[in-house]
Amino acid sequence: MALAAEGLRAYGLIAVMWIRSTMTYRFSFAMTLLSNLTVNFFDFVVIMIMFGHVRGLGGFAFGEVAFLYGTTSTAFGLADLAMGQTARVGRRVRDGTLDTFLVRPAPVLAQVAADRFALRRLGRVAQGLLVLVWSLVVLEGVDWTPVKVLLVPLMVVTGALIFGSLMTFGAAFQFWAQDGAEVANSFTYGGNTLLQYPPSVFGAELVRGVVYVVPLAFVNWVPALYVLGREAPAGLPPWAAFASPLVAAVCVALAGLAWRVGIRSYRSTGS
Amino acid sequence: MRLYWAVLAGSFRRHATYRVATAAGVFTNTVFGFILAFTYMALWEERPRLGGYDMAEALAYVWLGQALLAVTSLMGGGFEDELIQRIKTGDIAVDLYRPADLQLWWFSANLGRAAFQLLGRGVVPMTAGALAFDIALPEHPATWAAFLVSVLLAIAVSFALWYLVALSVFWLLDGAGVVQVAWLSGVFFSGMLLPLTVFPGALGEVARALPWASMLQVPADVFLERRTGRALLGAYGFQAGWAVALLAAGRALQAVATRRVVVQGG
Repeated sequence: MALAAEGLRAYGLIAVMWIRSTMTYRFSFAMTLLSNLTVNFFDFVVIMIMFGHVRGLGGFAFGEVAFLYGTTSTAFGLADLAMGQTARVGRRVRDGTLDTFLVRPAPVLAQVAADRFALRRLGRVAQGLLVLVWSLVVLEGVDWTPVKVLLVPLMVVTGALIFGSLMTFGAAFQFWAQDGAEVANSFTYGGNTLLQYPPSVFGAELVRGVVYVVPLAFVNWVPALYVLGREAPAGLPPWAAFASPLVAAVCVALAGLAWRVGIRSYRSTGS
Repeated sequence: MRLYWAVLAGSFRRHATYRVATAAGVFTNTVFGFILAFTYMALWEERPRLGGYDMAEALAYVWLGQALLAVTSLMGGGFEDELIQRIKTGDIAVDLYRPADLQLWWFSANLGRAAFQLLGRGVVPMTAGALAFDIALPEHPATWAAFLVSVLLAIAVSFALWYLVALSVFWLLDGAGVVQVAWLSGVFFSGMLLPLTVFPGALGEVARALPWASMLQVPADVFLERRTGRALLGAYGFQAGWAVALLAAGRALQAVATRRVVVQGG
């Protein structure tokens, strides 16, 4: 617990430092924040264009796809804001600058995650939330119960934890494949894209893979399908809709373990 | 000429040494190819012949996008990172002293990079796509050659755009914002997410006229044999026109920018 508190404190200090540094180039910051807002908007425009041509995608209406989009994008945005910078670990392993982090009296993961903390990534969170709120307005035929209402913020938070764990896994993987940051992207960015569409669009093996192997489906699909009153994917029982926090906890624990193993195996470049 | 050829070859070799990064890129392109291919199938099942493509053509389009993503640096990650870094740190002053043209130097380096990416990150995802899905391939062998010419022009347009982006750092000092706007426009207006022929009304017309269209939509249409004979020349003309205009703009901006360089003695 003490370690976690220390990590959070270090994270906060480093993040604040980077925010100050970003504010030096105000024009550039304003532009990045704006374009970050537009990032999500642009790929949501793609979904709107699709629905300009069709009434449903994989049997799902526009409001339902927007709901899936909003939940995964907000979760992904939060994870990206907090942990996205861990993708840079490979570069630091390559050029040996990770050593500086190791000698500082603060948890390395906190330092790595807060390194060059990018406040502009709030743009993605804001855009995701915007679509999510809008989808709640246009959604039709959802039988809202208190449980379903609670599930919406819960899936955003647990989804962020699952995405954040995957990013940490990716960072730990960099200790071996120093140049392979893109592999992690295919699970994080790729997962985000995948979860924007209903599972009925994808092949059965792919859906089973993200339910039972890399549990991306618990970011939003499983709880969201329950909210929408649809069947759970890949033959899961209905109560699985409430399993997301458990899945997230397991992911966080495993990611922490992977990071520990990774950093133990780290040998500096020694050049 | 020999100098620039050496720069090109050196850049090809340099990128060829990033083996793990290339393998990781191939993996990512393949994963995204699968995700996109499934969404396209859902879309084209609802609306066959959407945007003038049948299902096999739409699927080929998906994999062409993944194959060309790194080649035409639609999301950046080409030469611009390095050039921006050199401008920021002032190393650019050293480059300006070299007896070589700055734009031509980076053009050659980028061409070497793109050539490697075409082999390294283009062929494998395309093959994976062709094996896993029923995709449309050219009927005439000559189409492959026509396609390669179009890709070459696409690389020129992409270079010209990213060169402008990089030079803007002379004024902005920090490239992050412009770079993001550039890759954002690249992904959306190149037709990477959805073919530009599917874009509705005025948005579609504007998108098809912008330079980014030459980076994926046009080469894909050449590949799918929707641009043959006279139309092929039209396609080349469109790409070459943008390339020349943007390269000229880059040259002009370079002239203004280099006058701003102040070399600090140490």
